[in-house]
Amino acid sequence: MAAKSIRERLSGNEAIATAMKQVNPHVVAAYPITPSTEVVHYFAQYAADGEVDTEFVAVESEHSAMSACIGAQAAGARSATVTSACGLALMWELLYVASGHRLPVTLAVINRALSGPININNDHSDSMGARDSGWIQLYSENNQEAYDNYLMSLRIGEHKDVLLPVMTCQDGFITSHAIENIELLETADVQKFVGKYSPERHLIDGKPMSVGPYDTVMYYFEHQYQRAQAMNGAKKVILDVFKEFGELTGRKYDLFEQYKMEDAERAIVVLNSSAGTAKFVCDKLRAQGEKVGVLKLRVFRPFPMEEIAKALSHVKAVAVMDKADCFSAMGGPVFADVRSACYGLKDRPLMINFIYGLGGRDVTIENMEHVYASLSEVIKTGNTDNFYRHVGVRGV
Amino acid sequence: MSYNLKQECCKPERFVGGHRLCAGCGAGVAVRGVLRAVNDEDKTVSGVATSCLEVSSVLYPFTAWNEGYIHSAFENVAATIAGCEAAYKARKRKGEQKDSYKFVAFGGDGGTYDIGLQSLSGALERGHDMVYVCYDNEAYMNTGMQRSSSTPKFAEVTTAPVGTEMPGKLHHKKDLTDIVVGHGVPYVAQTTFTANFKDLHEKAYKAHYTPGANFLNILAPCPRGWRYAPEDLMKICKLAVDTCVWPLYEVVEGEWKLTYEPKNKLPIEDYLREQGRFRHIITPQKVINPEAVAELQAHVDMKWKKLLAKCN
Repeated sequence: MAAKSIRERLSGNEAIATAMKQVNPHVVAAYPITPSTEVVHYFAQYAADGEVDTEFVAVESEHSAMSACIGAQAAGARSATVTSACGLALMWELLYVASGHRLPVTLAVINRALSGPININNDHSDSMGARDSGWIQLYSENNQEAYDNYLMSLRIGEHKDVLLPVMTCQDGFITSHAIENIELLETADVQKFVGKYSPERHLIDGKPMSVGPYDTVMYYFEHQYQRAQAMNGAKKVILDVFKEFGELTGRKYDLFEQYKMEDAERAIVVLNSSAGTAKFVCDKLRAQGEKVGVLKLRVFRPFPMEEIAKALSHVKAVAVMDKADCFSAMGGPVFADVRSACYGLKDRPLMINFIYGLGGRDVTIENMEHVYASLSEVIKTGNTDNFYRHVGVRGV
Repeated sequence: MSYNLKQECCKPERFVGGHRLCAGCGAGVAVRGVLRAVNDEDKTVSGVATSCLEVSSVLYPFTAWNEGYIHSAFENVAATIAGCEAAYKARKRKGEQKDSYKFVAFGGDGGTYDIGLQSLSGALERGHDMVYVCYDNEAYMNTGMQRSSSTPKFAEVTTAPVGTEMPGKLHHKKDLTDIVVGHGVPYVAQTTFTANFKDLHEKAYKAHYTPGANFLNILAPCPRGWRYAPEDLMKICKLAVDTCVWPLYEVVEGEWKLTYEPKNKLPIEDYLREQGRFRHIITPQKVINPEAVAELQAHVDMKWKKLLAKCN
C-alpha cells in the first residue's frame, strides 16, 4: 500500500533539509560551505522555529562537525551533517573514525571541486576522494533521488548487519540549487519508515562503555576485517531497504539504473546529474536507430561488482565517465572500479574512460555525443590503447 | 560540605588501577582527582584526546574507565565530548534519557594548547555543559618529549634540543588559562597536586556543577620528560606553586581570585634544579647559565605581578 505523497517544488538543498526535518535527528552539527550552506540555513531555521527538537550545534569547522556527530552517535543519538568539497576534506580524518567506530552517522554531500586552486563549482573530487573511508556512498541524479536516498540512508547505515555511516551525494548547484518538482512523504510516514534509533549499546545508557580503544597489533586487523565484512554485507540490506521504500512510495530503486541497456552495444557509465544529459543523448541516438544505453550508478560503496559485470557483459564498448581525476595516471576512480569489475568476464567489453566536467565545466549534449561517437570508433578499430581521455577540456 | 581526603578516597573509583601510566605521572592523578569531585548520583562520560592517558588506559580489550569513555582523535576531544553532551540534551528533550551524566574532556597540553585549540575554543564559545581538563605536562610526552607551546623556555625537549647553538626551547610558555578566560566562560581554574588535594577537588567540583563550559588547567608533571624521580611528583608540584611558576587561582564569572599565596615566594632555582630538563642551565650543585635562570625568574615575576593585579 503506497503512502500518500505531497507534491512540492524544491531545490536539491531544500529536499535534503526537508528530509532531515522529517527525520528529526537528535543532533545536527554543521558548518557552512558553498554550495551546501543552504541546508544548514534551512535546518537552523527549523530548529529556531521549533519544527524539530534536534540539538543544532553550529560548530566552528567541519572537523568539529564530524567530531561532534561521532560523539553524539556514540552517545545514543541519531546525528547528521552536511558539507561540500574542502569541508569534506577537513572531515577526512574523522570519516575513518566514524566508520571504524561503526557509527551510522548520515552525511549529505553536495559535491563540489576540491581546491586548489579554489573552485566552488561541481565535480566529484570531494566524495570520490573519500570513497575508501568505509562509508556507504549513494549518488543522486536529481532532487527526488537525493531526498529518497537520504531517507533510505538511515535504514541502511543503522541496520545491525551494517553499522556504517552513509553519505548521500548530489551535484552542487546543478541539482542543489535547481528547483524541480518532487514528491515528499508525509512526516509521519518518514518517522515510521526510519523508526526510533535504538542502538544495542551507547555511552549514556547507564552502564560502563569505552568507545575508541587503542587497538593494538593484536586486534586492529580483526576489527578492519569486520568493517570490510560489514561493507560486503551491506548490499543485501541496501536492496531490502530499496524494496521496502519502493513499496511505500512506488519509487523503485536498484543498485544502479539501466537505461535502454537491454540490447545496447555502446554504453555510458555515469553518476549524479550528468546521467540526465546522457539519457537525453541516448534517446536522441535511439531515435536514429543506434543501439546505445546508459548505466547510472547509484550505489558506489559498496561497489556492485557482479551486477555491473553482468549488466555490461553483452555490451561491445563502454565509456566510463569520471567527474574527478584521481591522478593515478590510469584514469578516474569510477573507471578503475568498473574496469576491474569486468575483468572476470569471458568476453569483456572494450572500455575507455572520460574525465569530464571538472570544476563546474558545463556537460553538454555535444560532450555526450562525442563520447558515443568515440565508442563507435573504438568498436571499429578494436583499439583502446588511448583509454584515458578527456571531454570538454580545451586544447585536448 | 567539609573536605576530607580520606573520605573522598573511599569512594568507588571511576578511573581504576591497572592502567599503564608511568609511576610518578600526573595524568592519572589528575583524572582520579577530577572525577572524585562528581557527586555519587551522577555518572560520567570522559572524552580523551590522543595522549599518554589515552594509549595507557584503554588497550583493547581492557579499559581503566569504569564509566563512559570515548576517544576519536587528537585535536577534537572538545568537539567530541560536545557531541556527547548535545546527544544527552536531545535525548532528555525527547524523553529518552534515564541516568544523569556529567561530561568531561581530558587533553594533554599538545592536544589543548596546540592542535586542539580550535576545537576547545569552539566548544567554550558554544557553552556546552561540560568541563575541559588540560593535564599539562609541558611537552608531547606520548610521542617522545617534543616541544609544545606549553613547554617553558630553556627546557630541553627533542624538537628544541640543547646544542652548541641552541639553549633548549627558545620561547616562553603560552598562557592558555588566560586565553580561556578570554572566552568569558563561567568557571576557569588553574590547579595542581598539593597537600591533601583540596584545591583540585574544590575547583573540579565547581567546574562540574557550574552550568556551562568550564575549564581546568592542571599542572601534571611527567617523570620521563622532566626527569625527576617518580616519588618526587608532589614535591615538584609544590615547588611549582611556591615559586609562582604555576600559581593557583580561579576566575569565576570573570572575577579573578588567588586560591593560594605562598608565604615565602621561593626563587625559581629551587624548582629548576629538581628537573633534568633544565640540567644545562642549572644542576643541584650549581648554576651553569645564570643569565637563563635570571631570565626565567624575571618572566615568572612579571607574570605573578600581573596576576596579583588581576586578583586585587
